[in-house]
Amino acid sequence: MSPNERTPVIRLHDVSKLYGDFRALDAVSLDVAEGERVVVCGPSGSGKSTLIRCVNRLEKHDEGEIVLDGVTLGNNRESRRVIADTVGMVFQQFNLFPHLTVLQNLTLGPVRSRGVSENDAKARAMKYLDRVRIPEQADKYPTQLSGGQQQRVAIARALCMEPRVMLFDEPTSALDPEMINEVLEVMAELAGSGMTMICVTHEMGFARRVADTMVFMDKGAIVETAPPEKFFTNPESARCQDFLQKILAH
Amino acid sequence: MGTGMDSHNLKPTPHGERGKKKARVSRWLLLLALIPALSACGDSFGWYVVDPTNKSGWLNLKFMLSGLWYTIALSLTAMSISLVVGLIVSLPALSPYKALRMTNRVYVDVVRSVPLLVLMLWVYHGLPILTGIQIGAFWSGVIALSASDSAFEAEIFRGGIQSVDKGQYEAAQTVALGYTDTMRFVILPQAIKRILPAIGNQFIYMLKMSSLVSVIGVEELTRKANELSTVEYRPLEIYTVLILEYMVLILLVSAGVRWMERRMLAGERR
Ligand SMILES: Nc1ncnc2c1ncn2[C@@H]1O[C@H](COP(=O)(O)OP(=O)(O)OP(=O)(O)O)[C@@H](O)[C@H]1O
Ligand SMILES: [Mg+2]
Repeated sequence: MSPNERTPVIRLHDVSKLYGDFRALDAVSLDVAEGERVVVCGPSGSGKSTLIRCVNRLEKHDEGEIVLDGVTLGNNRESRRVIADTVGMVFQQFNLFPHLTVLQNLTLGPVRSRGVSENDAKARAMKYLDRVRIPEQADKYPTQLSGGQQQRVAIARALCMEPRVMLFDEPTSALDPEMINEVLEVMAELAGSGMTMICVTHEMGFARRVADTMVFMDKGAIVETAPPEKFFTNPESARCQDFLQKILAH
Repeated sequence: MGTGMDSHNLKPTPHGERGKKKARVSRWLLLLALIPALSACGDSFGWYVVDPTNKSGWLNLKFMLSGLWYTIALSLTAMSISLVVGLIVSLPALSPYKALRMTNRVYVDVVRSVPLLVLMLWVYHGLPILTGIQIGAFWSGVIALSASDSAFEAEIFRGGIQSVDKGQYEAAQTVALGYTDTMRFVILPQAIKRILPAIGNQFIYMLKMSSLVSVIGVEELTRKANELSTVEYRPLEIYTVLILEYMVLILLVSAGVRWMERRMLAGERR
């Protein structure tokens, strides 16, 4: 099945984000179809985080249009609802709630904002902890876990909200090398289950394996969009070739 | 005799524990040492006025201690109100809107600039004229103490809330929590843990400042001491006992605060 033929869950059209005069995003357009896996890469400061953070309005875009599941995002209740219902996010720094146990981290959202009963939320939490393979850590506090385990808890926490789209912002770049794979594994499984994903990462092996679409950004703009086969073997722009050379060199 | 006992208490304990225990023991010893040290100062003392072994001394002591209830009730009530008001006042300080931040600034600056004793007199003698409602000494004291303290609590809360990482708000937002739930379940629990020592300090300050309500006639510890002193003509002994009363009260409170801190840190080690 070719994901690009279906109607997009996320559509960005000429989106710009300004900090003063500086264009962190400059007329970016991107469609993401249901089930599509998009991997975004590019040099530091190119606007990758800004791009995905605009999708759930952690940053407010200044120009252009972002349509999420048919709703044009703006500063209103309908936008907040559609974001809450549709999008989950995983951060580079995990951002787990340190004063709550793993289980409480996972049930807080469903219980308070979805009206799920405490028991159902616990059952759901255990289901996703199983999926990220750390059910035995349910009663620990985040600081008692390794980085890789914390990030998997963060993924489970996002999944407990049963989102249709998952955003990942460099989920493995704060991790020690030996923990990167356990997190990528979980993400690859999630991709295999048909989850729509936008993932900012420099893990090119993972990207090659999982992505439907590769996006290369530089200076706030999308420079190249291509399926991975083409992206890795025959990138069009010089900047992208240059970037790939550097990142694949080591 | 004393030395034999404390060398027994100071058995080697793991590192930091030992230092803490030492500090605790020495604090109590200091307190106990105060009585004989003072009474050793010669003829100027007449401890019989507060000596529990004779009838009138016992009655005097009982009279003094009967102020305890008001001191505690007043401090606890004022502290509870002041914490709630302080929290409410601190929230607009964190708002992106300038007008809201200004309301916080104005409240904090105005309230902080009025001396507590002056505020107390104003509330007790002035406020009834303004409102036509007689509020009585106890509640006047509570209002003045809590209003005055709330400005400081507001600053403490603001600092604590601002110390919580921005990522916590973002994470809360991604699990669809609204403002109230984010504050209640994510931000405040972390902030309060950090400001607990400061709040403990404020409570101790409150206990001490509650002695000022004696001037508007609330029958708390200080007022009782004043009254007894005017009939017995033994201010030195009576006010010494008063000092000890406050010391014991405050040492108990600080022990309580430390216990709470330890308990809160028990699960999560940061
Ligand atoms: N709050 C802000 N104020 C001003 N400039 C900002 C702000 N946030 C981001 N920027 C700028 O916007 C640009 C894009 O930032 P962004 O975080 O999206 O980059 P990135 O591609 O995610 O980089 P990295 O790989 O380092 O995470 C950067 O040049 C950054 O300095
Ligand atoms: Mg980034």
